[in-house]
Amino acid sequence: MLNKHCKSRIKKLRLNRFWEYIAERTLLLCASAAIVSVLIISVYIFYSGLPIFGKAGFREIVFGTEWKPLEGQFGILPMIIASIITTLGAVALAAFIGLMTAVFLAEIAPAGLAKIVRPAVELLAGIPSVVYGFFSLIVLVPLIDKYLGGGGNSLLAAVIILIMMVLPTIINIAESSLRAVPSEYKEGSLALGASQIQTIFKVQIPAAKSGIIAGIVLGMGRAIGETMAVILVIGNTPQIPTSLLDRARTLTSNIALEMSYAEGLHQEALFATGVVLFIFIMLLNIAVTFLFRKAGEGS
Amino acid sequence: MKKNYRTRATLVVLALCLVAVSFLTACGNAASDGQNAAEGTGLEGKISVIGSTSVQPLAQMLADEFNIKEPKVRIDIQGVGSTAGIKAINDSSCDIGMSSRELKEQEKNSKVQEHVIALDGIAIIVHPNNDVQNLSEEDIFKIFSGQITNWQELGGNDGEIIVVSREAGSGTRGAFEELLNLQKKEGDKTISLLIANALIAEGNGAVLANVAGKENAIGYMSLGMVDQTKVKKVAVNGVEATEQNIKDKKYSIARPLLMLTQAEPNQATKAYLDFILSAEGQKIVAEDYIPVN
Repeated sequence: MLNKHCKSRIKKLRLNRFWEYIAERTLLLCASAAIVSVLIISVYIFYSGLPIFGKAGFREIVFGTEWKPLEGQFGILPMIIASIITTLGAVALAAFIGLMTAVFLAEIAPAGLAKIVRPAVELLAGIPSVVYGFFSLIVLVPLIDKYLGGGGNSLLAAVIILIMMVLPTIINIAESSLRAVPSEYKEGSLALGASQIQTIFKVQIPAAKSGIIAGIVLGMGRAIGETMAVILVIGNTPQIPTSLLDRARTLTSNIALEMSYAEGLHQEALFATGVVLFIFIMLLNIAVTFLFRKAGEGS
Repeated sequence: MKKNYRTRATLVVLALCLVAVSFLTACGNAASDGQNAAEGTGLEGKISVIGSTSVQPLAQMLADEFNIKEPKVRIDIQGVGSTAGIKAINDSSCDIGMSSRELKEQEKNSKVQEHVIALDGIAIIVHPNNDVQNLSEEDIFKIFSGQITNWQELGGNDGEIIVVSREAGSGTRGAFEELLNLQKKEGDKTISLLIANALIAEGNGAVLANVAGKENAIGYMSLGMVDQTKVKKVAVNGVEATEQNIKDKKYSIARPLLMLTQAEPNQATKAYLDFILSAEGQKIVAEDYIPVN
């Protein structure tokens, strides 16, 4: 009897250990999927994109201003500049609007109003980027053309559309980090005689700083990587823009626009664009992580 | 003890993988068997097709369809340019030469037969509110190269012309620039003369949307894809862009897509050509071009 009981227990234990093992391996497999993908992609991009730097010259590519891929001119400086302007412009404005919206939602809005604003923000996050692009091409671009001139396809149109796309990310993360600030901070500040607005700007926002920065970083990632919506509205002219109403081309749209037809050196040049974009994003990430750490120490 | 379980677990996973793989291959075999059984006129052979990069995608699409009927014919298609294709067939170094332009006098050869498999027409489009009805080829050249920048110079309203073009490498753009001579040769490179601040749209749909949304825009696109409810076609040298005018060779921004063969092509080549010119083949042609039959 006892023996039998023992045997069944041992059997059960063995079975448990078996499943334990399967679960462990599955988790490991899933975790390595991400790492393997990153590795394969990086190796492939650099493998395909680096040779042309030797053939056409690093300077000629990164600081060249003429992009005529079929004629052997691969300057991507105009695209680098356009990417920087659209990303920074959109993120700076979206950070301001987003933070104010987050403050409003977390602290000021009456429950009824928040119930309308929050789902609206979530809906904004769910719209596919090509729909944003198409909407702007049909509505926003003609409006800019009509009131400001210049055809409408412009840096300005791209910046506006990117603001709309980046807002939900910033709002959601900033709001939850504001809510995570311990209520004692707020109570203490109010008890000392500070007004509500003073409390928000002098106490709560500084306390939620790291979360807010995280939101801005994610938003920046989305802005620099956005392709489809930007292709439709920016005009894709590979020239250095001199005003916000000029047509321009970003790094991502350069790749997406020409990849389907490119071959030989042209294709390599597009991969080189990818390499530059890749390094660009890495630098951005490193810079922001650094900032992050400093901000974390401060609070 | 633990080790024992590991090996057993690995075995189980392996066994599952094996089952999955054998299942998949079984399905694959069944599918291809079915395909072979459905047809079987038994034609065999290899066709080498060389020439124009504009004809290449069409030739490939037609070859894919043809291979469903005749799976044993291998069609090998290389896009190297019209001139090289014409040269290859004249040297008999291929079975079919592809060309996206008429042959020049010195390229013609009594032993080589020309087959027009499709016609490609490019329409010049403007906003419906634009008063300009007709442009000469020279006007179009000047607009797209930036020598004319205001519609006023062409009898239209005062407004800066917004040139809408396609991305580098696009076949439509290549044909447009070639037909209007909007390019110059420099050594072995062909340099596009397109105005540098042209708006670049990806695909015919984006060209259409851009021109439809801007009163001062001008663009070009494949004739078959023009939506006349949104944009207006401009006559070129006084000739309307219509299928009939292109077939009658009156409209100038158009070109034939040619396949060149020996006077007596081999059986597989002949079957492939017959398929292209059949109703079924021309239906595939009609997706992007003007069919000839």
